[in-house]
Amino acid sequence: MSTMKSNWQLKHSIVLLRILIGWHFLYEGITKMYDPDWTSFGYLASAQGPLKPFFTWLTSDALIGWVDTLNVVALILVGITLILGFLEKIGALAGIGLLALYYLAHPSLPWLPQINVEGSYWFVNKNLIELVACMILYQHPTGHVFGLGYFFKNNKRTAKIEKV
Amino acid sequence: MKWSRRDLLKGLGGLPILGAVWWAGAANTVSGRRERSEILEQLNIAPSLPPTVPDITGDPVRVGIIGFGGRGEHLCRAMGFATKEWVEAMKLEANENPHHKALEDFLKQDKLNVRITAVCDVFDVRAEMAINAFATKDNAIKRYKTHQEMIDSGEVDAIVIATPDHWHAPMSIDALNKGIHVYVEKPMTHTIEETFRLREAAKKSKAVFAVGHQHRQTLSFKTAQDIVSKGTLGHVSLIQTNTNRNDDNGAWNYDIHEKASEQTIDWEMFLGTAPKVPFNKDHFFRWRKWWSYGSGLSGDLLTHDYDRLNCVLNMGIPKSVMASGGIYTHNDGRTVPDVLQVNMEFPEFSTGSSQKKGKEKGMTFCYSATLGNGFNRPTILMGHDATMELGNKLTVWPDGGSTRYAEMLEAEKMRPMAPIYQYNPGANVPDAISSATSQYFADKGLMWTYINGQRVDSTFLHMREWLSAIKNGGRVSCGIDEGFDEAITAHMAGLSWKLGKRIDWDAESETLVPIEGIDFDEALLAESFDFNKKRIDEPVEVLS
Repeated sequence: MSTMKSNWQLKHSIVLLRILIGWHFLYEGITKMYDPDWTSFGYLASAQGPLKPFFTWLTSDALIGWVDTLNVVALILVGITLILGFLEKIGALAGIGLLALYYLAHPSLPWLPQINVEGSYWFVNKNLIELVACMILYQHPTGHVFGLGYFFKNNKRTAKIEKV
Repeated sequence: MKWSRRDLLKGLGGLPILGAVWWAGAANTVSGRRERSEILEQLNIAPSLPPTVPDITGDPVRVGIIGFGGRGEHLCRAMGFATKEWVEAMKLEANENPHHKALEDFLKQDKLNVRITAVCDVFDVRAEMAINAFATKDNAIKRYKTHQEMIDSGEVDAIVIATPDHWHAPMSIDALNKGIHVYVEKPMTHTIEETFRLREAAKKSKAVFAVGHQHRQTLSFKTAQDIVSKGTLGHVSLIQTNTNRNDDNGAWNYDIHEKASEQTIDWEMFLGTAPKVPFNKDHFFRWRKWWSYGSGLSGDLLTHDYDRLNCVLNMGIPKSVMASGGIYTHNDGRTVPDVLQVNMEFPEFSTGSSQKKGKEKGMTFCYSATLGNGFNRPTILMGHDATMELGNKLTVWPDGGSTRYAEMLEAEKMRPMAPIYQYNPGANVPDAISSATSQYFADKGLMWTYINGQRVDSTFLHMREWLSAIKNGGRVSCGIDEGFDEAITAHMAGLSWKLGKRIDWDAESETLVPIEGIDFDEALLAESFDFNKKRIDEPVEVLS
């Protein structure tokens, strides 16, 4: 009984985590989409660390437009999948990818200057924590508890019962 | 199949959250943008575009270099000529620190249609270094003992003067009289009398004369002109500019070359019109510390700040100047002050007023300098309606007591602590209100400007403008009139400090208002002066 209860609590905590991370991604994506002046140029151009050349390359005239669009689309899609609980594993993976890029562009390594970042960090920053949280979402999908996945779960169950 | 209310809640509960977040994101962004564009529309500031100059076509301009010290080398690099020693040193720097971009920037710089054909330096080592670095099979570089020989040689179309201050005017005047184009470092003269004489020579000559205030090329200053002319700041009553340095180099204690000796340096030629003193390495390499050859903070650094503001405001020569300070941080035998405060008065000047006519008029320009502290104090223009910080970036804050912005402040569309305008040519868009995504680039001071997000040496732009004017005609941004304002102002500051008196300028007659018993030029050149208006006739203190 107590296992069931803690299981219930865990599932719903993960649902809450999923909604909040989805909320965060969606809001970031929407604010950028509605601001035509927004660009990732500054964040990428001031990148630090071993992958600096890669991020600097992304700021080239030919690429920056694509980078901006892809970033906004990816942010919004991750937000939608996590909030709606539908294709959430794909959403969580995409979220991990985005966060890894954000972290690597401005890694919180003590020997690097911290440009364009807020907060005080030593190796670990909020991007990294959110990334690990996305890993949990990937491993423990909860769309069937709260989200569009709920209908699919019920469909499957109905289909099973009908089969039996 | 039937869905219970519970099913719907569990299955579709995410939808209202999605809608709410979407709506909030869109609404906040759109209203933020509307507020921002409302402010921008009201300010109506036009961010300036990179300068364009006609190409320097045809035969290359034949340039002679006079003075191949630190600044002379930099000016040559701006024309596309770097010494091997410098390239090697920069390679090492870049290897040690990937952020060191000097060499990369130099290699990216556009090539100017220039040939260095002549060099004149009283120090053998430097003259030979220039020849070794820039002479090629097709282009021999000739060394001249005097500037006069170089000018008369027929081998140069233009000269670049990067000598101690006391040689600036004599060389410029001789060249202009011969129709040779001149680029001279600041301050353009060493005395009041020379300033008038040089102006006359430049006005008479067909040659192009430019003073080395490269910051006139800084993109942000051109935008600053627009900001001020549109009354964004209201009436500016106070300007604060500063020099803050705290190192040997900044205090002009440059390295003394190991090969320096009476055999390798033409000491008589170095002295020129300066008082005859025995050979002295300290004087030779660190000439900025003595009034005989340089002009200290007032001529060397105040001139930068003054001309920067004169470029933005075009306020001209101050009506009066009062200075104070002393030798407080580097008591090493120098005679120029290392701490200096200069107040320049412009009682008739106004940048426009948003208040009752006649209420506001007049401005003080305050220059404050120390060579004993490096804390960065920004350049600030303080107006009734707004404050502007002037640098490579521009930031404008509304003033809490502003008349012009009273309504917007009341409606909390503006806040005194929040910038209403930011201009950063290093970034790609002007930003009205700083946002989390506003691009951050370190402000590199006067040396650099940004064109299309690329860092460009402003000295390169300044010399390109001069060379283009030589070939194609047209105005240079710091010519004789701007140089005249700058030199007179610098000399007024130097005189005020030396005499402990207010120095007045009579704009109508274009003269300094005389002070009984004082010969201004004599005072300006004197190594020491007492407050009883008498020159102390002791020989210059000579340090070995």
